[in-house]
Amino acid sequence: MAEFRLPKNSTYKKGKIWAAEKGATNIKRFNIYRWNEDDGENPRIDTYEVDLDKCGPMVLDALIKIKNEIDPTLTFRRSCREGVCGSCAMNIGGKNTLACTIDIAAYKGDVNIYPLPHLDVVKDLVPDLTNFYAQYASIKPWMQTQTPTPSGTERLQSTEDREKLDGLYECVLCACCSTSCPSYWWNSDKYLGPAVLLQAYRWLVDSRDENTGERLDDLEDPFRLYRCHTIMNCTNTCPKGLNPAKAIGEIKKMMIERQG
Amino acid sequence: MSHTKRPTSPHLQVYSWSLEMALSILHRATGVALGGGALLVTWWIIAVASGPDAYDQFRMVMSSIIGKAVLFAFTFSLTLHLCNGIRHLFWDMGKGFELEDTQRSSKLVLFSSIILTVLSWAVGYGLI
Repeated sequence: MAEFRLPKNSTYKKGKIWAAEKGATNIKRFNIYRWNEDDGENPRIDTYEVDLDKCGPMVLDALIKIKNEIDPTLTFRRSCREGVCGSCAMNIGGKNTLACTIDIAAYKGDVNIYPLPHLDVVKDLVPDLTNFYAQYASIKPWMQTQTPTPSGTERLQSTEDREKLDGLYECVLCACCSTSCPSYWWNSDKYLGPAVLLQAYRWLVDSRDENTGERLDDLEDPFRLYRCHTIMNCTNTCPKGLNPAKAIGEIKKMMIERQG
Repeated sequence: MSHTKRPTSPHLQVYSWSLEMALSILHRATGVALGGGALLVTWWIIAVASGPDAYDQFRMVMSSIIGKAVLFAFTFSLTLHLCNGIRHLFWDMGKGFELEDTQRSSKLVLFSSIILTVLSWAVGYGLI
């Protein structure tokens, strides 16, 4: 049964306010979720005042500035700073996105930053993605074949068949979509979630993959696939502009079509 | 290792609502409401079969303000669940998944269910 409220140890309250340095004129307030396992306290929301005149344009720039200049204990994941690694996925202004590709100017008023929703928090903005990665591994995200490898050549694909992978292969597995999905919030132990299902579809439509039937068998389950109720949060939130809801719809169609 | 102490990150508390999200939960809620509505219909049929006294009792309850409000909510549940159900049929065919489509169809579902509800009551009161 879905638990709509946060457990006792997860409710959060206001925390510290880190005022901007004197003389700052272009101040933006960042309200950021903080938790660490060492002090035994519940999570809190710290407010950091950042002088935008001395800060890069993206939300990630502000986070890095806070960590470098204001509070070195602030913890978050980041790597490529250009939307290809998916590390800095978090909930910003009520929507999941990548901190590196979203402009601070996109937010009027304060910028509220939380970890990706409904996950165990390791520290601050770092959630535990172990289950997410295990689910990804469970769909066997590699090419499976029955026929012997052709000698002296690769397994070829027509231009048209290659085009079927557009909108699928670009996924960076940032988990924004899966953790935006209420079905995934309530059933992440059994439901695979939009990101993993989009990847499942990526291998289902690959003309070179020869285990389509087996892949569909693995998904034919009231929870793994059919917990998707087309709430559309996944597609609404994807920072890469992909459409997981459509991919899931296509898998459901394949299930019907193979029944003949 | 103190993994059991890890808090759950906020979800419903912080996620911003969209019309699509609201319609999805309304589809579920109206589905449950229709279950209750089916009981009303059953009561109505039993009342008809049981004779004038039972039917008068049914009429008295249903023509009260609360009874009418319940019937109105029942009508809206029926039309919204129907319209959104038709949208689900399109989705099942793999159609209408683009963001512009779902935003447009969300408004269409909401407006048409309101119009159908008002129309049903207008016809019921003999206004049309």
